[in-house]
Amino acid sequence: MESAELLQRESFVEKNARQRVQHLVDAGTLRELLDPFERLSSPWLGLQDIVTQADDGVVIARGKIDGVAVVVAAIEPAFQGGSMGEVGGAKIAGALELALEDARAGKPVVPVLLLETGGVRLQEANCGLAAIAEIHAAIVALRAHVPVIGVISGPVGCFGGMSIAAGLCSTLIATREARLGLNGPQVIEQEAGVDEFDSRDRPMIWSLTGGAQRHACHLVDKLCDDDAAEIRTAIARAVAQPVADLPRTQAVDAHLAQLRSLDTSRRADAEWARQVMAHDIHGAGDPS
Amino acid sequence: MQRLSLDYPAGEPAAQRALAGVVGSGDLEVLLEPAQSGRSTVAITTSVDGVNDIWTAVIDRIFADTDQPAVALEINDFGATPAVVRLRIAQAMEQAASGQGSA
Amino acid sequence: MSATDHVSRGATWLAALTDNASKAKGFPASVQVVDAPLGELPARYIAVVPDTDNAYPRAAGGEVGLVEGWALAKAVRDIVAADAGNEHKRAVVAVIDVPSQAYGRTEEAFAIHQALAAAAEAYAAAREAGHPIVGLIVGKAMSGAFLAHGYQANRLIALDDAGVQVHAMGKQAAARITQRTVEGVEKLAETITPMAYDIASFDKLGLLFARLSIGDADKPDANDLRQVRTTLDKAVADIGDDDSLASRLDAEGRAASVKVRERLRAQWAGD
Repeated sequence: MESAELLQRESFVEKNARQRVQHLVDAGTLRELLDPFERLSSPWLGLQDIVTQADDGVVIARGKIDGVAVVVAAIEPAFQGGSMGEVGGAKIAGALELALEDARAGKPVVPVLLLETGGVRLQEANCGLAAIAEIHAAIVALRAHVPVIGVISGPVGCFGGMSIAAGLCSTLIATREARLGLNGPQVIEQEAGVDEFDSRDRPMIWSLTGGAQRHACHLVDKLCDDDAAEIRTAIARAVAQPVADLPRTQAVDAHLAQLRSLDTSRRADAEWARQVMAHDIHGAGDPS
Repeated sequence: MQRLSLDYPAGEPAAQRALAGVVGSGDLEVLLEPAQSGRSTVAITTSVDGVNDIWTAVIDRIFADTDQPAVALEINDFGATPAVVRLRIAQAMEQAASGQGSA
Repeated sequence: MSATDHVSRGATWLAALTDNASKAKGFPASVQVVDAPLGELPARYIAVVPDTDNAYPRAAGGEVGLVEGWALAKAVRDIVAADAGNEHKRAVVAVIDVPSQAYGRTEEAFAIHQALAAAAEAYAAAREAGHPIVGLIVGKAMSGAFLAHGYQANRLIALDDAGVQVHAMGKQAAARITQRTVEGVEKLAETITPMAYDIASFDKLGLLFARLSIGDADKPDANDLRQVRTTLDKAVADIGDDDSLASRLDAEGRAASVKVRERLRAQWAGD
């Protein structure tokens, strides 16, 4: 890309959660729910001498994207690593549950989830985990009625129980600045040892879990540059899609057969993962 | 973590509420709401201990002009420098005055 | 698994609750699936168990790994498909004793998050299809492993025992990530309910249908089994037509979860 083009490009990654929502939603349609002045902050962080954010790091907004009714849930990457606490988790789960009620009543609202999160906020551990289970439940139920769109733009990426939520989305959009994985590098190193996973080996980590790799492996549907306009276009296209099956979670036998065929004594690398996962297990053809 | 409350003489109530910043490393969140005329309050929660004097000096200067709109500021700080503190408060004040503050 | 291996609680309870009925074929050794009655009606019991010969070594200790995630999905989806035309949907009992998800390079490379998503979705879809799902926590119910195996159940039952723990992360790793010492994590867990590992604290969050004091969680006797079976029956009866997780939202311990939903609902439609 030419440097002039780069300079003109508006970064999505550099926006905070509220700015991201404002960028995505059609002008004049945005209505934030439980905004910071409602002061629904974490009841648990203050008890541990940790400063709270007034919206607990989650922005919920209703509005339209190219005329389609949406509810956007955006996680603030800068606050506590985008971690899911009780309030932020309940905001997302609650919004999805209300969208489900509306969908069942014939008033479809398409959820758009900006998943910028390390997973459970360990200072609220079991409350975060419970909320994530509720988010999973709502996404699965919603997919019978509307597409559910996940976006992982970076800089935090999407990990822990929320990576499972990403895996449940109808359409998953990511940038090259994003990573997607169940376990964070530090945790894998802690649990499995530095020989298994060196949390300082950034090239290895990015090669396995970066957005481009996940796209090549059919785990991400659309790879975008860090370009706010391009990301918005991708989301607008996704929210207008009809409801469809999701082979990524449903093609059980094919995935089990694939796993049985792997030589697990071999040390996994990005190239091998691409070879194995790039073929058409998901019924989606080549990555677009 | 430390808490600090300050108040200052002020003019008429601010036009509307406003928000600036996030509670991220080296940053802070400012929630601005109109207050009753004549008095502004500032409630600070900061992750950094032992810096009350610096906060007081920074905020005193911002509110030195007693004709400014009356506001209730809530500040949630995660280690912002005085320059960032001044920037965020100025952003909130500007939004509150410009009619673009309310989410 | 070889005869010398310690038999996991998951395997012990699965065998005991099903009177040692034979295991369904077509599943890996680490995912045991048994079709056996629950009360008068047929049901499917599922447990993830250690398998020292697991081809994926990071899942050898009863962790939920790549194969386990997809095999759980299969175990649940198979009966949803089989019961699709039937009015009666079989109950599923997830016998939960999972120390963690599998941590490893192979696991990340081949998308363990997607395997766990497949499992969570299968359970959720079964619940939506009218299958009563009960999670019975007999050992550890940790983090991603629990999300994949049990946390989508309509009702959760736990044994009231020191070996029964629910958490988002092991203590060592939690200490490292939050930049605390293990002692520091333990100290906080005493006062911050959701940070605690013990099941009594978890119960305060309102997430359990029942917490059962039994004789021996490692070697259940006839009394223990009778008590657990009775509670499983009660849970299925309590589920009725409820296909949601809403019954988890009634405790003081998660007051904020309730308040957030109430306030969201009030603002949802706008006016």
